[in-house]
Amino acid sequence: MCNCKDKNIYLPYMMQVEKVTVEAPGVKTLRLKFKNEEEGNAFEFRAGQFAEYSAIGDGECTFCIASPSTRKGYVECTFRQAGRVTSSLAKLEEGDTMGFRGPFGNYFPMEEWKGKNLLFIAGGIALPPMRSVIWTALDEREKYGDVTIVYGAKTVADLVYKHELKEWEDREDVTLITTVDPGGETPDWKGKVGFVPTVVGESPINAENTVAIVCGPPVMIKFTFPVLEKLGFDKKNIYTTLENRMKCGVGKCGRCNVGKMYVCKDGPVFSAVDLAELPDDF
Amino acid sequence: MDTLYIKKSDIAVWWAAIKGACDHVVAPVRKDRVVEFARVENYEEIATDYVQTTRSAKEVLFPRTERLFSYQKNGRDIEVKDFDPQSVPVQVLWQVRPCDAASVFPLDAVFNWDYKDVMYNTRRERTTIVAVSCSTADEYCFCTSVGGGAGDTRGSDILLTYTTDGAIVEVVTERGEKLVALSQNLFTAYTAGDKDSYLASVPQVFDVEKLKEKMHGMFDSTVWKEQSERCLGCGACAYVCPTCSCFDIQENPKGSCGERLRCWDSCGFAQFTLHTSGHNPRSTQASRWRQRLMHKFSYIPQRQDSLGCTGCGRCSRACPVDMNIKEHLSSIDKIQ
Ligand SMILES: Cc1cc2nc3c(=O)[nH]c(=O)nc-3n(C[C@H](O)[C@H](O)[C@H](O)COP(=O)(O)OP(=O)(O)OC[C@H]3O[C@@H](n4cnc5c(N)ncnc54)[C@H](O)[C@@H]3O)c2cc1C
Ligand code: SF4
Ligand code: SF4
Ligand code: FES
Repeated sequence: MCNCKDKNIYLPYMMQVEKVTVEAPGVKTLRLKFKNEEEGNAFEFRAGQFAEYSAIGDGECTFCIASPSTRKGYVECTFRQAGRVTSSLAKLEEGDTMGFRGPFGNYFPMEEWKGKNLLFIAGGIALPPMRSVIWTALDEREKYGDVTIVYGAKTVADLVYKHELKEWEDREDVTLITTVDPGGETPDWKGKVGFVPTVVGESPINAENTVAIVCGPPVMIKFTFPVLEKLGFDKKNIYTTLENRMKCGVGKCGRCNVGKMYVCKDGPVFSAVDLAELPDDF
Repeated sequence: MDTLYIKKSDIAVWWAAIKGACDHVVAPVRKDRVVEFARVENYEEIATDYVQTTRSAKEVLFPRTERLFSYQKNGRDIEVKDFDPQSVPVQVLWQVRPCDAASVFPLDAVFNWDYKDVMYNTRRERTTIVAVSCSTADEYCFCTSVGGGAGDTRGSDILLTYTTDGAIVEVVTERGEKLVALSQNLFTAYTAGDKDSYLASVPQVFDVEKLKEKMHGMFDSTVWKEQSERCLGCGACAYVCPTCSCFDIQENPKGSCGERLRCWDSCGFAQFTLHTSGHNPRSTQASRWRQRLMHKFSYIPQRQDSLGCTGCGRCSRACPVDMNIKEHLSSIDKIQ
């Protein structure tokens, strides 16, 4: 018999844009609310998961869920205007309707991190996947040891979540280190100047009982891993997220396949141990 | 599994009963120099003088373009209209080869290994597969090297094997029984046990278990570059393949309404993995050819307990520059 009860996995939830925040040139955060309240109440996700966001009429694209899993009733995404769909999403205003499918993929094993120190290392637009974990951790601050955030962008203007960076900077239970690439600083810039991997290497970081979460462009990840290992981090305590091109998000379209792994199903969160086992195809 | 017999002259009678009981029969039809699957109204239209159709029958289960949903914009509001399972016709896929029937295993696997694909599943449940054993094969066929055979029943609801004066009818599934029940009086029991004498001989050219094992460690081999040197990246191989299931998702807007579609895609295209940033994990044709073979013979077997190839040989017949998968696989098999 036809299993007609099964849901259409390609049908998006209809969401209302509740709030639009301009984070940096070309970077926006949208806060979305489920139009159907029941769907909103039933919706749950874990930090690290992603979703497919659609500008109906223009298409879908993949962003992580940037809001923390501890806050209910809405989801947020932060994206850089890069191509067709992101340009269309960037035109949306408060009150407009858009599509959302998710949550998809695996998540950060935060349960296993209880009692450990957390070191977040993010570059550029890669702070969004991190922001979800950071706020999830800060909302349950007592569960974790020291929290350190190293965040870098090309220029001062490119730093996203400026308001939240200020909040983290002001907190006594968070150490925030910000940096911009050489030449990206402004006269009144008080943070560091230098590439993220270098800044990490020069910072007083203790690898003991610490988990490192690294998100950023492939080159940043490539150069940060060896620095962390030199600081004494074990591969199994280093995590990152991969951004393969995706379409379906549910292990069907074949696009995100790397070796025997499907990044949309088995990822996007991988430990450095998992990553070392993947063929060089991402 | 019942093994029955039907007389040659009765096959058309049974076929007419089947035709009357479903929405469409899809069968091979000759159009000039090619034979392709098409909806058939009369039994006489069905082609018999061919080894293999150019394209596979996959379209019946997984159409080239398929609507995922449609929408209507009303001001700032958007109304979406879901896929309607009732819109899917009840079909009989008549006279596919055993290698096409076997393709349902990798397709079933990918469309169900975690999330269920309701469009695929609805089509699959509403389609009865009547396969026919091969009495002839050509130099491109290699079903016997990938676990199949000219008279293999796997994936079929019914397998017919034509004899001199009729057909042996192997009824494999309940769906198959229903078709036989439409004309029960035309069938008799078959006990001769001589099916094999009507089958084409397809020599085995490699041991697929050993090949899988070997390919597992071949990611960095130079063989991919050597083999793909002349590949144009045209994607024809993926479009004719019964098991290729990669797709793209595209929008088809028409003013304030429109639809979202999925369309076949191919890992052989340079754009397949291209990021918006310009980064492309598979920037060379060699890496894309490797993906095609590794996916079928290493990754799918590791994850979905199936093989991504049924040995139909279509990709080799369709390739404009004569890339021959059977030869390429056997040369990999011979690497020490
Ligand atoms: C798990 C994951 C999380 C991501 N999180 C974010 C995020 O939080 N913020 C953000 O700004 N970007 C993120 N990205 C990248 C983002 O998906 C692309 O920038 C976006 O899809 C570009 O779409 P476009 O239509 O505007 O560009 P176009 O170039 O017009 O897109 C063409 C098509 O390519 C696909 N595509 C192109 N590049 C990528 C890519 N790198 N990843 C996936 N699909 C791609 C899109 O699906 C789109 O359909 C993430 C990607 C992944 C896989
Ligand atoms: S049909 Fe031939 S040339 Fe075209 S992509 Fe396939 S192997 Fe390459
Ligand atoms: S890869 Fe080639 S031989 Fe194998 S099933 Fe596909 S078309 Fe047939
Ligand atoms: S995004 Fe389609 S298979 Fe992963």
